Amino acid sequence: MAVSVREYRARIRSTESMKKITRAMELIAASRIIKAQQRAQAAAPYARELTRAVSAVATFSNVDHALTLEPEDPKRAAVLIVTSDRGLAGAYSSSVLKEAERLIEKLKGEGKEVDLYVSGRKGEAYFKFRQRAVVEAWTGFSDQPTYDVAAEIGATLIRTFLDEEGADEVHVVYTRFRSMLSQEPTAVRLLPLEVVEGTEAPAEGDLLPLYEFEPSPSDVLDSLLPRYVQSRIFFALLQAAASELAARQKAMKSATDNADELIKKYKRIANQARQAGITQEISEIVGGVNALADAQAGSE
Amino acid sequence: MAETTDAVLQVELVAADRLVWSGQATMVIARTTEGDVGILPNHAPLLSSIIEGVVDVQTVEGETWIAAVDAGFLSVADNRVSILSERAEMSHEIDLEQARAELERCKQAGENDDEAQEKVRRAEARVRAAERAS
Repeated sequence: MAVSVREYRARIRSTESMKKITRAMELIAASRIIKAQQRAQAAAPYARELTRAVSAVATFSNVDHALTLEPEDPKRAAVLIVTSDRGLAGAYSSSVLKEAERLIEKLKGEGKEVDLYVSGRKGEAYFKFRQRAVVEAWTGFSDQPTYDVAAEIGATLIRTFLDEEGADEVHVVYTRFRSMLSQEPTAVRLLPLEVVEGTEAPAEGDLLPLYEFEPSPSDVLDSLLPRYVQSRIFFALLQAAASELAARQKAMKSATDNADELIKKYKRIANQARQAGITQEISEIVGGVNALADAQAGSE
Repeated sequence: MAETTDAVLQVELVAADRLVWSGQATMVIARTTEGDVGILPNHAPLLSSIIEGVVDVQTVEGETWIAAVDAGFLSVADNRVSILSERAEMSHEIDLEQARAELERCKQAGENDDEAQEKVRRAEARVRAAERAS
């Protein structure tokens, strides 16, 4: 009996140290999430001004740009999947991957070949395990993405889009951060660009002025659109980072709660075992005493 | 152009990941692909690409702010000037010694492709901004 009490004590101790770890991770995620949200907010002015500029050019010139042109017969699609580098974030990565699989199925159903681009180690591992080819993977920044990474990803995707052999459309699957409690895997088409999509249209009466373009509208558009794409990717990465942290915080909170439950349960069982041990000892002693008394009574 | 002397420019200098500076100014000078432009209040609406260089802002208080920027955009409309650049740094945020060392390194590399030249221009802009501020 005494052995199992010791066993339960050991289990309680290990659960307690696990609880400390999950609790620490919960707190870390909670503090990082504020930073992630601040970063997302800090990036907003750039995206806003860029969108304004793009819609200004789009309104005042009829230049067609390679990045906005709908291919007539799309055959290849590139899909960028934004996952996390680390686990312990609940269903975060798997729900993005599920959404991605759905999109891939849909694209295949439309007769397109799908090229995979992945950000985050979890996604990379997922496809590697299933031996599916990934064209390019970027890892190591999922909880605090920088603009440089977004620019690099953007450049790669634009290159494949502009390449004759490459993709005819580019999709992004990421997790949108709605609130601390709800994050939603979302798939959007990035290229060809639809300029006004998804962003606030300028308010009524806020008429766009008649811009002069220097050197020329098409030149301005040439350097404007790739940046627009990059800024959209940056936005997706920032949202994904905030979502990852929120998911991790939630997962770690429930892990801590579970550990609490478990400790309570083990403590009860351990106490029970201890009680049982004591009772047994008493009854053994009493039994021994009785036996002795009986033996003595018999010999007298 | 109508003479309204009380007009000022509302300037926003925006980098990809943050708002670097915003405030009121009487003049902004930036380097576009076509050369330097100076923007005064009541400038005609303009949208232009800028290259790596130095942006000068003269504030209404008479101070001069200098910033090193990367390639990006300048948009002017209704006395609102926004300068967008993937990277932008105010001169006082730049470490002059470090910027000089960086410039040396970029020049030493001596490669002649576009990317290397862009790096040199960027480093030059940072050094110039830091030098003029000190």
